[in-house]
Amino acid sequence: MSAIADPAHALTPSGNLVRRQFVSRLVLAGAVGAAALAVAVLGILVFYTGLKGAGQLSLTFFTGQLPSYNGVGGGLGPALVGTIELSLFATVIALPIGVMTALFVSEFARPRVAAVLETALDLMAGMPSIIIGVFVVLLIVDNFQQSVIAAAVALSMVEVPLIARATLVSLSRVPKPLREAADALGVARWRITLGVVLPTSANSILTATVLAVARAAGETAPILFTCSVFTQAYAVNPLHSVPSMPVEILTLAESEYPAAISKAWGAAFLLMFTILIVNICARLWLNRSRRKRGL
Amino acid sequence: MSLTETTPPEGPRPRVHLSTFDTTAVRDDRIDVAPVARETVFDATNVAVDYGFVRAIEAVTMSIYRNEATALIGPSGCGKSTFLRCLNRMNDSIPSFKFSGRLLYHGHDMYDRRANRVEVRRRIGMVFQKPNPFPKSIYDNVAWAPRNLGLRDNLADRVERALREAVLWDEVKDRLRTSALGLSGGQQQRLCIARAIAVEPDVILLDEPASALDPISTASIEDLIHRLKQHYTIVIVTHNMQQAARVADRTAFFSLDEHQVGTLIEYDMTEKLFSAPADSRTLDYVSGRFG
Amino acid sequence: MSSLASSATDAVHLQRTRIVRLNRFDARADRLLRIVLLAAGVLICLLLVAITYQLIHGASLAISRYGIGFIGRTQWIPNLKEFGAWPELYGTLITSVFSLIFATGLGIAIGLFLSMLAPRSVAAVVGPLVEMLAAIPSIVIGLIGVYLIAPFVRSTLEAPLHSAFGFLPFFGPAEPVGNSLFTGILVLTIMVLPIIAALTRDVFLTVPQELRDGAEALGATRWEVIRGVVLPTTVSGVTASCMLGFGRACGEAIALAFVVGGAPNAPSDLFKAGNTLAAMIVNQFSEPVNALHLSSMFYLALVLLALELMVNLIARVVTRGARRAW
Repeated sequence: MSAIADPAHALTPSGNLVRRQFVSRLVLAGAVGAAALAVAVLGILVFYTGLKGAGQLSLTFFTGQLPSYNGVGGGLGPALVGTIELSLFATVIALPIGVMTALFVSEFARPRVAAVLETALDLMAGMPSIIIGVFVVLLIVDNFQQSVIAAAVALSMVEVPLIARATLVSLSRVPKPLREAADALGVARWRITLGVVLPTSANSILTATVLAVARAAGETAPILFTCSVFTQAYAVNPLHSVPSMPVEILTLAESEYPAAISKAWGAAFLLMFTILIVNICARLWLNRSRRKRGL
Repeated sequence: MSLTETTPPEGPRPRVHLSTFDTTAVRDDRIDVAPVARETVFDATNVAVDYGFVRAIEAVTMSIYRNEATALIGPSGCGKSTFLRCLNRMNDSIPSFKFSGRLLYHGHDMYDRRANRVEVRRRIGMVFQKPNPFPKSIYDNVAWAPRNLGLRDNLADRVERALREAVLWDEVKDRLRTSALGLSGGQQQRLCIARAIAVEPDVILLDEPASALDPISTASIEDLIHRLKQHYTIVIVTHNMQQAARVADRTAFFSLDEHQVGTLIEYDMTEKLFSAPADSRTLDYVSGRFG
Repeated sequence: MSSLASSATDAVHLQRTRIVRLNRFDARADRLLRIVLLAAGVLICLLLVAITYQLIHGASLAISRYGIGFIGRTQWIPNLKEFGAWPELYGTLITSVFSLIFATGLGIAIGLFLSMLAPRSVAAVVGPLVEMLAAIPSIVIGLIGVYLIAPFVRSTLEAPLHSAFGFLPFFGPAEPVGNSLFTGILVLTIMVLPIIAALTRDVFLTVPQELRDGAEALGATRWEVIRGVVLPTTVSGVTASCMLGFGRACGEAIALAFVVGGAPNAPSDLFKAGNTLAAMIVNQFSEPVNALHLSSMFYLALVLLALELMVNLIARVVTRGARRAW
């Protein structure tokens, strides 16, 4: 039976609700403003870099040898190849170590040992890359010479905490019953770890590695003292120094010649753009695979 | 121990007065009114709920009356909680939630554009299945919402009254400033009820309030509901038929219809529903043949 | 008959042997895996120790020369063998603290926005965008700092800030050059803001839905739910996030080397040029003038390392403490 609307019980705001909701909306506006500011800053940075650097992109830019002191002519070819090579070597070192450390903490370590290791990983994650660079100078460069190996070791120290942390998070999401069921079936521990637990995290580990590589590719400080002496030609010998994007940008930017500075912007744009695209793709991929698995 | 005590507190039964800022009149004590001519609080007509493309409930038409305890029973997954949460618009926070049909509260359309969600929740309180006290002191748990509402005069009295009505006062009066998380499950649930009472709602919704508790705490909650319905309108979802029989004036039986969607099968005075239900599905359920 | 029986028992025996051999193989594989994984973990711990040791070793000359007083010394003249860490330490601390002041409020607001206030579709877009801000390489930010931010500070910000806040020692009169501690602060804010936003967002998402439901069911507005339930229960998480942002700011080298001005001074006027521990190392490490110069730079790195370890350990303790109380 339908009732006549009772004005005593109207659902319009009563008492101080109007004021309270105004305050709440004000806070919301502030939060929206902050987010908009962050997005705007991102837009300005990307746009400005594009403005200064996008015009530099050409075939010669991608393939030509490094320009001479006045920055005229040439391209970033050797630096591109060098960065790829450095990233490859660094990941070959970092991926196994990161995953293995995470596996140890998650599957085999006793709680106190796990806590110590997690603290160690956190401290490594917070280690400034300049200190890592200085350390590798003492470790490798002083005893040997500036080389891809040295820089790769430094970059791997940047990557390992990132990969290890993401792997740990992913492993913790593997449901405990999965491990227990395999155990109850009498399957050996190593088979469970490598054959059941690890594959379920493969997706996340891959994405985390891609993100870590993108981060390492943009780092200058670890390379600055470990792999920065090179000529204009292509160089891939891992025992020697090779050119790399960040260091070349630095060199070009410090020059007084406008052509060199323009090239620096072109390289900066290329580097930033590539890293951002890789980041977006990796995160979108991660979100999609997480949604598919219902996480 | 006041858990098993059933005598009411000393003195005249406290009257619940709505604060003067509210334009509604002082609530008169309908304690002694005969259960016949009741005012309608909720009026649901053909209520249906979809979560995205999945229909959760449909064709729910029923009225809920003032100062009664109405139980919603039925097997799991038949939409009892979904319907309950429609009554205070708690489903709104679920992104894919879509409401169709009409739901009137004292004659006002609850899902109208002009209906203010926060106001709805102030008038229609809810107690959840798992006790969820804030990590604050017992006093602050109860005092938090009144403080928001600006009801700062005699706050300590208000807190005490709410805790007394929830039959928790004697157990906690000496430790009001200690953390609420130190209470037992049953005490925490009564604290949540006190919290809901403190803002002087019109209706209290209870979503399986005792299912996470032990039998003794359950008994004290049920006692509480008997008292509470004298001052508030109660709607309670329960899996426990015996609880519904003990506590509710009217009972609504929900189950799946021919489309495998939750719907209201039968709604009647509790005694009649349990002893001589009109629908065979109700009979099957209450006699334990399924569910 | 007997040959059949004997071959049957042979088969059983073979089966049992295979099982035993498999079990022994499994046991050995288990042990091998455990050792290999342990080695990886040990390597990480060893690295930390090695870094500390090597820095102390490299700084030993300067340590023996100056002791702990190095931190208070203000001169940095390589040719005269006069070194001190104070201007750089001051620069690191002041730029990091100020950038944190700016980034904390904004970052927490964005964290709240992404976790509590924004509709899911909006958060799914804005969240990654904010994370992109953190992904920009520091060298690119350094370039932008020099060509965009420093001139902007010099021409547009310094004069108004001085007239509005000139009574504070931080905001002196406008300078002719934009490379200054203040530009460094702005650059650091850009780098730290997304970190705090992402970290606090994750912290806010850990607040149980049932607590938020309980608060909402009591007729509280969204802000009241945040203020009354979400913020009080996440104080430790938010603090830890801010500490991590602070650590990141202290350690930033390249971007600051571009914009902070490279002057071995410790001015209270932020519009003047200064230096930071990391930026100094970037600028001078590759060409040490003498052994004491090099050793002093290791000492700077050691000071930075100590700072970082302290900040990160405090952040970790704060998080752990929260987990226990919860």
